[in-house]
Amino acid sequence: MSIDITGINKKYGDFVALEDINVSLPTGQLTALLGPSGGGKSTLLRIIAGLDTADSGTINIEGADATRLPPQKRNVGFVFQHYAVFKHMTVAKNVAFGLEIRKRPKAEVAAKVDELLKLVHLSQFAHRLPSQLSGGQRQRLALARALAVEPTVLLLDEPFGALDAKVRKELRDWLRRLHDEVNVTTVFVTHDQEEALEVADEIVVINEGRVEQIGTPDQLYDEPANDFVMSFLGEVTTLNGQLIRPHDVEIAAMPQHGDAVQAVVSRSLRVGFEARVQVLTDNGEEVTVVLTRSHARHLGLEAGQNVWVRAAEGALTVPSLRAV
Amino acid sequence: MSTTVAPPVGPARTRRPSGGLFRLSTASGIGLGLSLVWFSILVLLPLSAVVGAAAAGGWTAFAGTLTDPQTFAALRLTVVEALLVTVVNAVIGTIVAWVLVRDDFVGKRLLDVVIDIPFALPTIVAGLVLLSLYGPESPVGFNIVNTREGIFLALLFVTLPFVVRTVQPVLMEIEVEAEEAAASLGASRFTTFRRVILPSLVPAITAGSSLGFARAISEFGSLVLISGNTPYQTEVASLKILKFLEGDNQAGAAAVAVLLLLVAVVVIVALDIISRRVARRG
Repeated sequence: MSIDITGINKKYGDFVALEDINVSLPTGQLTALLGPSGGGKSTLLRIIAGLDTADSGTINIEGADATRLPPQKRNVGFVFQHYAVFKHMTVAKNVAFGLEIRKRPKAEVAAKVDELLKLVHLSQFAHRLPSQLSGGQRQRLALARALAVEPTVLLLDEPFGALDAKVRKELRDWLRRLHDEVNVTTVFVTHDQEEALEVADEIVVINEGRVEQIGTPDQLYDEPANDFVMSFLGEVTTLNGQLIRPHDVEIAAMPQHGDAVQAVVSRSLRVGFEARVQVLTDNGEEVTVVLTRSHARHLGLEAGQNVWVRAAEGALTVPSLRAV
Repeated sequence: MSTTVAPPVGPARTRRPSGGLFRLSTASGIGLGLSLVWFSILVLLPLSAVVGAAAAGGWTAFAGTLTDPQTFAALRLTVVEALLVTVVNAVIGTIVAWVLVRDDFVGKRLLDVVIDIPFALPTIVAGLVLLSLYGPESPVGFNIVNTREGIFLALLFVTLPFVVRTVQPVLMEIEVEAEEAAASLGASRFTTFRRVILPSLVPAITAGSSLGFARAISEFGSLVLISGNTPYQTEVASLKILKFLEGDNQAGAAAVAVLLLLVAVVVIVALDIISRRVARRG
């Protein structure tokens, strides 16, 4: 295991930021810390980096106890949401910073900077200042700077949070490919479940200072441990007191199955290739159903129409803790 | 590492095209005109008049005034003291600004207000204030009247706020994250300060130092009371100008004035060049 986090607690005054966190992150993997804002995931990342200290618990990095080590001695690369590049230094100087501090020979530094700028495709910008780069380029610069010191682990705190949607999507695909190439143990924090599902080998879901579940994207999506994980990883609706994905709800004009519940269509909306239908069941539940447009057209759904809804065969359901 | 991974290419920020200098809109035309007229009436014309007055006696008279041993001593004392004060201010002013921005302590708000007092006081009052503590009837046993140390102290007093006030806002703007990034890259606190924080502060330190230096070579009010005005010993340039005027030597006064002007320009330009160098080198 590359990073072993044991019994970490952290409080800010009365606010519990992290409560008894125990996580092991395997070497060479790309792990996402996923959760809503203010849930403690960034705090955990900063504690791993040594930028914050835990009230109790230990951090092991590559088998060595790092709990009391200052950030300088942990050999972690850290990438911030708002880049935190050195504004007065050129792109090349930024990347060289960590190596110059380690007093590496000039030729070695130059060669390494060259190699990294090629890797992040900023070679032609080597002599520019960060202010002359776009947001995406700045974040790639920050990544190159962090990789220059050949860190044991690479930590990224909402690395694409400040970028617009398109650049964000491109960069995360690129990060995945970059990781496969460089193969350094990487942990990134995100509140975007799509980002985590797409990029990560493993996801740690953190909410209100606690780990809710650890698993691969498939495990989390298919076998959520509780209603929080289920609802955080995708859209959910409630049917018979159970959380269910809206596309797992079957809708029919006739009662073909005994377990179907009768409902009235309250709203029908077409969004792109899919149709979203809201129905009110006899039990007084407001259920959202997602189906293909052609299926919806076939049923001819209109407001006021009587329908029957049921959970599809093999659909995933989780008991809803919110009483209906 | 190979380089098969192609990243998305985002547009780099481009500079605004230049060449629009002679195509001003009406509003900016009026603005520019007004600024120039204003600047001319207040600064350019009076300055030219002084240079004219200094030149009226011819080059020999001009050079004669400045090479006169007593005048030269006054000029040298003024410039040397001002330079020393500037160096001290650059260091202490930065430290004071740092303390005000980064540290939390009781009375911080009060100190923040008090910093401006030397700037707000009429300088003659500043002289009086220093005299009451460090004068002939000093309760602490220091008499600085008629000494070069006294001049130094008076100049430090009146120039104190400049560097503090220019550095403070810049320091507040600096991202703590850049320092954290430096730390995780292995930089000690001192290295982080020297290579990450200081280069960002240098332009502000320079600007404050320039203001302080200009103020120091022109200081008059506080020195009237403190310097004692002994020729060759504690006579400064501004008081020398007063002496020339009292002796009805307009050309002499103008000559000293012009030289002070030149010194100010040279030092301000030099500081600017240093600032650019340091900020670029990082």
